[in-house]
Amino acid sequence: MKTEIAIIGAGPAGLAAAVAAYDAGVKDLLLLERDAAPGGILQQCIHNGFGLHRYGEELTGPEYAARDVAEVRKRNIPILTETMVLSVAPDRTVTAMNRQNGIFTVEAKAIVLAMGCRERPRGALNIPGDRPSGIYTAGTAQRFVNIQGVLPGKEIVILGSGDIGLIMARRMTLEGAHVHAVCELMPYSGGLNRNIVQCLRDFDIPLLLSHTVSRVHGNGRLTGVSVAEVDENRRVKPETERYIPCDTLLLSCGLLPENELSKGAGVPLDPVTGGASVNERRETAIPGVFACGNVLHVHDLVDFVSEEAHLAGESAAKWVLSGAAGHAERSIPVRAGGKVRYTVPQRIDSPETPVRLFFRVGSVADNAVLTVKSGQTVLAAKKKRRMTPGEMESFELSPAVLCAAFDAGEPLTVSVN
Amino acid sequence: MNSYQVAVIGAGVVGSLVARELTKYDLSVALIEAREDVATGSTAANSSIVHGGFDPEPGTLKASLNVKGTAMMPALAAELGVSYRNNGSLVIAFSAEEMETVRALYARGRTNGVPADSLSVLGQAELRKLEPNVSDDAVGALRCASAGIVCPYGLAIAAAGNAADNGASLYLSAPVTAIAKRDGKFLVTAGPHMIQADYLVNCAGLYADRVARLIGDDSFTLRPRKGEYLLFDKSEGELTGHTMFQVPTTAGKGVLVTPTVDGNLLIGPTSVFSDDREDKSTSADGLAFVRETAGKSVKGLNFRQVITSFSGLRAVPDGEEKDFIIRFSERDGHFLHCAGIESPGLSASPAIAVYVADLLRDAGLPMRPNPRFDPCRRSDHWFRRLSAAEKNEVIRKDPRYGRVVCRCETVTEGEIVEAIHRAPQATTLDALKRRLRSGMGRCQGGFCTPLLVELLAKETGKAPTELCKGAPGSLLLAGTLKKGAEQA
Repeated sequence: MKTEIAIIGAGPAGLAAAVAAYDAGVKDLLLLERDAAPGGILQQCIHNGFGLHRYGEELTGPEYAARDVAEVRKRNIPILTETMVLSVAPDRTVTAMNRQNGIFTVEAKAIVLAMGCRERPRGALNIPGDRPSGIYTAGTAQRFVNIQGVLPGKEIVILGSGDIGLIMARRMTLEGAHVHAVCELMPYSGGLNRNIVQCLRDFDIPLLLSHTVSRVHGNGRLTGVSVAEVDENRRVKPETERYIPCDTLLLSCGLLPENELSKGAGVPLDPVTGGASVNERRETAIPGVFACGNVLHVHDLVDFVSEEAHLAGESAAKWVLSGAAGHAERSIPVRAGGKVRYTVPQRIDSPETPVRLFFRVGSVADNAVLTVKSGQTVLAAKKKRRMTPGEMESFELSPAVLCAAFDAGEPLTVSVN
Repeated sequence: MNSYQVAVIGAGVVGSLVARELTKYDLSVALIEAREDVATGSTAANSSIVHGGFDPEPGTLKASLNVKGTAMMPALAAELGVSYRNNGSLVIAFSAEEMETVRALYARGRTNGVPADSLSVLGQAELRKLEPNVSDDAVGALRCASAGIVCPYGLAIAAAGNAADNGASLYLSAPVTAIAKRDGKFLVTAGPHMIQADYLVNCAGLYADRVARLIGDDSFTLRPRKGEYLLFDKSEGELTGHTMFQVPTTAGKGVLVTPTVDGNLLIGPTSVFSDDREDKSTSADGLAFVRETAGKSVKGLNFRQVITSFSGLRAVPDGEEKDFIIRFSERDGHFLHCAGIESPGLSASPAIAVYVADLLRDAGLPMRPNPRFDPCRRSDHWFRRLSAAEKNEVIRKDPRYGRVVCRCETVTEGEIVEAIHRAPQATTLDALKRRLRSGMGRCQGGFCTPLLVELLAKETGKAPTELCKGAPGSLLLAGTLKKGAEQA
């Protein structure tokens, strides 16, 4: 098989990238999706709150995804579902497998990586104790409840206050389960403020900050967990340990971009985001390979995933239409400083168009001052009352700022103090 | 009531291989397992090492059966389609004193019959050349080229399956709770079954002493000794080529660092006595000890790539017994113990099976060769080992092999369905995991668990709410969703 652009993943990122690439002039596209239907994780996110930025209205996950799917269908862009991509070669050959075609290859001029992310499992968290059933990531529980119509458990403790955990606290409560507590290792929540209010406070579910699950108990099904406070080094304070009987522990302790295919293709990754290192067009260090959505960096709002995917899709189309032109001659690296953990993009190749920088802070910053410096020279600054690790921030760099940076030829540093 | 010439109690790696060995003869054989699947005890969680045989005390069964078993392992693994790799082992010394121990181990290895060309004492330079990531503090090592790694539960599953294919009856979820003797035959109460047998082989692992008590034999007592491990992502699987031991102490062979046959990296174990034979818990202290001690052997352990931790129990004889307990009971000359099979039990298991068959023959069991015996079993991993063209041929005939269910380990629907229906049949998530590695990868079942539940329910005819993770009682779900108008 041959195609102009192969898009790996038909979740919100892949779908938006496909539409943007098509509208930018590349009609020969192929979406490859491992699930039975397009839409990605939105299919199981039946709560509302999606689309406020993009559509100015509150949609459920399936509704949001359906709009993108409709746009893709309108353009007759093919989607191969239940198709697992096994590898991506640096020459942009994709090897995949499904029922109809067996193992097959797709030669593409450009590739858009849109594989999304996965949840951090129990093993990676190293919670000591027994190995009973009843321990699930929040997303697995969400699939059980919302897609398969089964209840993973009735007496629930949630570890981690990521958004899926918060959403599932409410969801399980609505299904008649009893959520005893949400424990968060950090002194602040990793989720959106609106979810803390709507999913925990409105249901009187306690959020225990600076707490963790120190041990799980049970030989068959989970019978309980030990919960304890942690000190400033995140170590358990043994004297604070207490036992909560429960049959289910849900984990919402972070999302990890799924970049095994990217690594196989030789795409260099940013060790902080776990995603590719990209320029302002979302092009990775391998020419013709683009990345967007949660495989690039974990977003908290799908609206921004779509926006980023639009940019990546359009960039991929331009790259194909321009005859697969090589790399920029000059490139300015963007570095994270102060409380800023990372930025996307990590480099800027052209000063000609405005660039919106996305970033997250590593800890809560009150009365935050954001500065963008070229060497020691402050090129731009902005104040914000509060920035938290749970909410992605952005800042637009004007062509004037970018030109100044390119003239100086030094890396841009984005910091919050 | 079903009647057999030999009934083997316990389907761990030893019991399963013993049952398979007996099907080489014209015998009626039963393999009786308490749990819902084979290989759930010590076999399920250990270091998975095929030891060279230089460590056991000369003259013991441990020494002779280890050396013989290790020599048998490559051919056996090939027959049964089990993952095995002859990666060799190193015992690393950190001081001149420890180098003395290394030389003593070399001499002991020779005494035990480890082939001379398999053993060598390495200096620091040779060691570093062989293993660039070895600790800077290492001064030398004993290399054993015949050592290897094997999938322990894979070996037991394949052996039990092959035994069943060759005519053995496999009883699962059949805990033995009573043994009577009537008209010279044993009457075994095993869960819902009554099983009659001329000879019994006690391969009950951690419970072998309790099974012995059922005939009034209290000649030995077992005490579980726990080992905790950390498993790393496949990204770390090539940190070492060899299995790296530290110089052994009285507590065992110490903490090792080893690649696994599946390409992960494994470190552990701890060695702590436990009083609970079902205790598979890990502890913060134990895992911290493993991290710290393993870090002495190699450089560059990336603990951010740990995907899971687990623990296993070894069946260690209490008191004077230091060797494997493989002998007829003094209470009954037709009751054969095969107990206290701690390390190097996995390495010795192929030779233990032959030794047990010999003891039964010597005791008078008539053993004519079974002309229909087929030593080979198609690997549970047969599909993934095919070339792309061969896979396509299979997918054309059965498209279920084209649908990937577990994305991290690339396990297809076809493989899962086959494992559910083939002996020994997988009925739980853990059973599927042990056969196919589904849910064992980096997401640890996050994505595939709901899909596996659907497939298990469909293929076994059970409701999703009846399915278990593994052990009885480990239900996966609490119920179906409350219904609104439809139910009202």
